[in-house]
Amino acid sequence: MGHRIQFAAKKLLRMALLLLGVSLTAFLLMSASPLDPLQTNVGQAALGTMSQEQIARLEDYWGVNDPPLERYLGWLSSALRGDLGTSLLYRVPVVRVLGERMGSSLWLMAAAWVLSGLLGLTLGVLAGACRGRWPDRLIRGWCILISSTPAFWLALLLLMVFSVWMGIFPIGLSVPIGAEAAAVTLADRLRHAFLPALTLSITGVAGIALHTREKLCGVLESDYVLFARARGESAPSIVLRHGLRNVALPAITLQFASISELIGGSVLVEQVFSYPGLGQAAVTAGLGGDLPLLLGITVLTAALVFGGNLCADLLYGAVDPKIRRGAARR
Amino acid sequence: MKQPNQRRRTLVLVLLAAAVLLAVAVAGALCTQAGTVTDFSRRNLAPCFAHPFGTDWMGRDMLARTLAGLSLSLRIGVLTAAVSAVVALALGTAAATLGRRVDTVLSWLTDLVMGIPHILLVMLISLACGRGFAGVVAGVALSHWTSLARLLRGEVLQLREAPYVQVAQRLGRTRLQVARDHLLPHLLPQFLTGLILLFPHAILHEASVTFLGFGLSSEQPAIGVILSESMSYLTTGRWWLSLFPGLALVGTVALFAVLGERLRRLLDPASIHE
Repeated sequence: MGHRIQFAAKKLLRMALLLLGVSLTAFLLMSASPLDPLQTNVGQAALGTMSQEQIARLEDYWGVNDPPLERYLGWLSSALRGDLGTSLLYRVPVVRVLGERMGSSLWLMAAAWVLSGLLGLTLGVLAGACRGRWPDRLIRGWCILISSTPAFWLALLLLMVFSVWMGIFPIGLSVPIGAEAAAVTLADRLRHAFLPALTLSITGVAGIALHTREKLCGVLESDYVLFARARGESAPSIVLRHGLRNVALPAITLQFASISELIGGSVLVEQVFSYPGLGQAAVTAGLGGDLPLLLGITVLTAALVFGGNLCADLLYGAVDPKIRRGAARR
Repeated sequence: MKQPNQRRRTLVLVLLAAAVLLAVAVAGALCTQAGTVTDFSRRNLAPCFAHPFGTDWMGRDMLARTLAGLSLSLRIGVLTAAVSAVVALALGTAAATLGRRVDTVLSWLTDLVMGIPHILLVMLISLACGRGFAGVVAGVALSHWTSLARLLRGEVLQLREAPYVQVAQRLGRTRLQVARDHLLPHLLPQFLTGLILLFPHAILHEASVTFLGFGLSSEQPAIGVILSESMSYLTTGRWWLSLFPGLALVGTVALFAVLGERLRRLLDPASIHE
């Protein structure tokens, strides 16, 4: 047990270093931007009619004149104390914006993550078991088609069919327009989150299904499956008892690694459905030059991704005894 | 009649993809002008014989705009995929050959780039370059090399232990000679396949980032721009504005995805019997 903890601690340290790197990279990229936040948010015409003092005050507000290194160190020292600064566009602490946005995004992403994982694994196992026959061809073709489809276009199509033509689902937002916060029911929220979650789940299926299929094909060609067949085991039993166990490990890795793609997809999908989540806030912050907010979002999402990888690493040990021993030796 | 074998079919697919690439590039160059012609007497036409893809709210022919946008996307895709693949080759080889310290730094860098969701990273890099064409190209090119670099690093690590490389080193060939004569030819197939498989990702991310407003500016006829404009007209029932350009994009990307898969399988002798 001791070496497991040591292993986790080493991973955590690496993760902290990586997060530091991520924040520095994001900060440098944003402060290298030649786009002037005043021009973007105030506009040329308004700037022309403003007095010099007002412009100087605004420049101060957007932090145009401070040297980057000083700003980064200032940000870092307060970030370590849990204060990520104040969003320049929303004018509330970044932590609060992140909390609110995360709340609505998390359900969306969690639903899509679980759904796409289960569906992808099932389809992959089905395709691998029927290798070369029509279910395999169908699933493979579908997966290639889906992985070539941009998430935002799929979202547009679903929106067109279900919201505009059939009128079953709302066009956007996460709650009905004009409703009081107290009057919003869970059913309302579910109805608004359904299409975004569906889009994300559909796009997430392709990778894991194709990968699982490849692995299962490999397993089914192995010697121990040949032996099992010679012993007279039936095909379903082979797939369930030998196939699934060996396919589970790569599937777990892939599913945890797909968190990064999932967040990327949610940025696009939330933009199409005007769903007030983390992704939409990222786009707003990026277009408006809101450095503290975008920095906060980048660090938070990176933490999610690294956390996912860490979970996968730890689960490995739990699932596969071979790796457990390998990790101990390292 | 016997079906042609895998190799032949892949060759046909390569030729087909090359033909499509060329046709779209040529058509796009010819259509860029036609795609910007506005004619308010034919606004908002649904698809018909004269305008198979319909027209938009300024009377621009959507077929011409789609072709122009697709050719722009293809050009960006080829450019960024090539840059990404070269970066991956350089970093992957460097990590495997230049010693442990370089390897640690580079693998940390790879983890770092992989840790930030692609779209966010492309957004950030594009912002740093001031958006526009340069922003998109830099963003996509600098964020897609990670997985290929890892693959190539593993490959080089294995190759270094191969007997013929060891013998070449003992016979006194320099590192550069070994790399050029023994490592590169072996890496080339992996590299080319990786390049082609990068291509769909590059195009999709270019379109996505442009769609979000961080990429090409709105006067350029990129697919992402067309689709993001079509979003405002969706609720009024103008489905053709988003359906056809998207279909064209999906078709092109899928062609290259299939091509890359086939090449990969050809290079992997274990799965050639499929």
